[in-house]
Amino acid sequence: MKDDRYEIRFGGSGGQGIILAAVIFAEAAVYEGYHVCQTQSYGPEARGGKSKAEVIISQSEIDYPKVIKMDLFLAMNQAALDAYFFDFKPNGILISDATFVEQLPTSRAFVLPFTRIARDDLGKEIVANIVALGAVGRLCDKVSMPALEKAVSAKVPAKFRELNVEALRAGAKAADTVDVSLLPRSIVSDEEAEV
Amino acid sequence: MSGGYEGKENVVNIEQSENRLVLQGNEAIVEGALASGCRFFAGYPITPASEIAELMSFKLPAVGGSFIQMEDEIASMGAIIGASLAGVKSLTATSGPGFSLMQENLGFACVAEVPCVVVNVMRGGPSTGLPTSPSQGDVMQARWGTHGDHPIIVLAVSSVRDCFEITVHAFNLSEKYRVPVILLSDEVVAHTREDIILPELKNLEVVERIRPSVPPEWYIPYEDNSRGVPAMADIGSGYRHHVTGLIHDAKGFPTQRSDEIDAFTRRQFRKITNGFCEIQMTKSLMMDDAEIAVIAYGAVSRSALRAIRIARERGVKAGLLQLITLFPFPKKAVDPVLRQCRAVLVPEMNMGQIIREVKRVNLSSKVVKYSRVDGQFITPDEIFEQLLAMYM
Amino acid sequence: MDEKFAGLRHDYLRHDKKFPHVWCPGCGNGIVLGALIRAIDRLELEKDELVLASGIGCAGRMPVYVDFNTLHTTHGRALTFATGIKLAKPELNVITVMGDGDATAIGGNHFIHAARRNLDLTAIIINNQIYGMTGGQYSPTTPYGAIASTAMHGHIEHAFSIAELAITAGASFVARGTVYHAAMLDTLLAKGIAKTGFSVIEVMSNCHTQYGRKNQMGDPVTMMKWFKENGVSKEKAARLSEEEMAGKFTIGVLADVDKPNYIEEYEKIREKAGAV
Repeated sequence: MKDDRYEIRFGGSGGQGIILAAVIFAEAAVYEGYHVCQTQSYGPEARGGKSKAEVIISQSEIDYPKVIKMDLFLAMNQAALDAYFFDFKPNGILISDATFVEQLPTSRAFVLPFTRIARDDLGKEIVANIVALGAVGRLCDKVSMPALEKAVSAKVPAKFRELNVEALRAGAKAADTVDVSLLPRSIVSDEEAEV
Repeated sequence: MSGGYEGKENVVNIEQSENRLVLQGNEAIVEGALASGCRFFAGYPITPASEIAELMSFKLPAVGGSFIQMEDEIASMGAIIGASLAGVKSLTATSGPGFSLMQENLGFACVAEVPCVVVNVMRGGPSTGLPTSPSQGDVMQARWGTHGDHPIIVLAVSSVRDCFEITVHAFNLSEKYRVPVILLSDEVVAHTREDIILPELKNLEVVERIRPSVPPEWYIPYEDNSRGVPAMADIGSGYRHHVTGLIHDAKGFPTQRSDEIDAFTRRQFRKITNGFCEIQMTKSLMMDDAEIAVIAYGAVSRSALRAIRIARERGVKAGLLQLITLFPFPKKAVDPVLRQCRAVLVPEMNMGQIIREVKRVNLSSKVVKYSRVDGQFITPDEIFEQLLAMYM
Repeated sequence: MDEKFAGLRHDYLRHDKKFPHVWCPGCGNGIVLGALIRAIDRLELEKDELVLASGIGCAGRMPVYVDFNTLHTTHGRALTFATGIKLAKPELNVITVMGDGDATAIGGNHFIHAARRNLDLTAIIINNQIYGMTGGQYSPTTPYGAIASTAMHGHIEHAFSIAELAITAGASFVARGTVYHAAMLDTLLAKGIAKTGFSVIEVMSNCHTQYGRKNQMGDPVTMMKWFKENGVSKEKAARLSEEEMAGKFTIGVLADVDKPNYIEEYEKIREKAGAV
């Protein structure tokens, strides 16, 4: 089956802006001409608890709207990482927030200090999700920075636009310090992969 | 393809258009309703349908319409019937518990033949159930929930684009046949955001109820005609008449005469039967050479589509019949699938509701049930496994 | 009966099918209907612009007899339908007629919220203190100690006072009349219909068939006497002690306040939303 389906999951705690990050990513992907499908699941509480959002992008119309096998997983804390790591592709990429994640379940992972960057460099911890989104955008290589910036600008109130665009760029810059090609090719061994 | 629904095969050219938006299913229902000319909404907050009320409260006043949050769903249903009687296309939206409350006045809309659209975003039940989980448990309630013998139209949506297009169909059918139309969505479709290009209004077919062409003194509010759908006068337009929940004669007055009661009941069914060809909408995919098939509706049909694509990759000749219209049950589309295929799978997020209708079409066919009732969405893999077992 | 009212009957009643009516001989509903017609005539309202909506019960059968835009809805829900009609066509004059069980038991929630919302509707509530059509079961206004077919040993619940409930819930205009004080009833109905905002007119009425017979008032005349003796004006009530007022009720206009109604307020919302 010719299928360019690319699947991203965003995990964190309620109130961390996980769903907003996914919505912005989906919007940016539409600017890039993709079909998108964005879903989320959450408990009844407005704040706290675990929160999960997913985005599927594809050149063709999307049938199943949820993640089948993740190409990319952004985990903003350890609880979300542990809870939502299932369905990870052998050659997927895990991006996690160094501030709240200590143990990694895969070696195809990057740990970047999103919350620290938001807090210390930008002075607003609340934009950690957008910092992470900048890194996701850069590492997945599916949407351009201008598309992400346009999407962020469309989704946040005018007076926070500058801060959020700055956050996006800070995240992308952090992502530039790592190299996807240096990761192990797949978390499944070569022998296994050949079977 | 059968019925009036122009479904398209999967790959389309992605257009870069100013109208290309990312909308949630619930938001697309609002856009569909407004595009259909809906100018009245009454509702009561409930998960997972509340976004429809919220967006309506914001958008309706800007187009000269009215929004009101009522004290409960009984009142919401009463208010939309009132507004529709006054000539304004009306919508309400709810989920299971609220849908149960609406059944009373839904019956009034049936008996008085008042066009209106009721969205039920299905969640797990019974009772308070699972407010944030998807389900398809209300299918038979949509058909039979209000008491008494009555026909009704029930449509199911599977995507954001459906939410727009099928909402327009819902209003059109409701206006054309003077029946309430139930639009079944579910938590998955309601909260999924997808890209959608909204058609320009001028390209959209919007149907209006037929109003009387005779002068008021000649008007007979429930007079039969070839279509079985009487002309409908707006309250306050000079055509003073009586509207009642009692079984009534052609003038709209309560009757106990058996000949009038019989004529009334039979006309209700006849008007829908007359429209079967256009009302019964389905979409078939990869059915041409299919040896086994999935019959699905709502969000599950998307898992099913994925599953038959996986199946085809593995050489399994599987096809999909997606039901847009659940009631009146699209027998004409289901029958050939049952004849063509050696087995048919009906996956549902309930213990088996629409499967009963499928089986009734042809009792000698092999119809396999697949139920998921744990508050989770059925995945493509689950359906594929079933298909594989059926194919062997 | 003067000639003028005989003429009114022909002007306002439907003559194409629906008589004789369903009410018992001597029923107060006919008096309320007569008062309603006289009030409408006095206000010189156009029949095309009038909507009369009812719920279920004996009172619910009233609309079918009159030549307005009429609606006979489900039990307790008349106000919900009326709300939809009024919002869709604010230029219409929308009147509902309900019974005591209809308006304050099954429809009680709609009633208090309609009063709170202050949409420009008129609610006529015919209070005969019983469920008449279904056979004399106790209603929310059946007095403590009374006999009903579901309270054969005496009623142990306490009655709602409908007019006071309406005032507390926020209605703009509240009045109480009786079918004995028929001339006053014309005036109360006319005032209520003319009032912009939510108006309630509670009408004490006789169900001698289901209520009276079980409670030593088995004919219309006895019940009329009861209304005559127990309905006291607001002014007179103010002079009476609590003991003297026991078992009596006030009649006349009980509340008349001006406040913004829902339609006016919603127009402002439309302006804010940028309606053209």
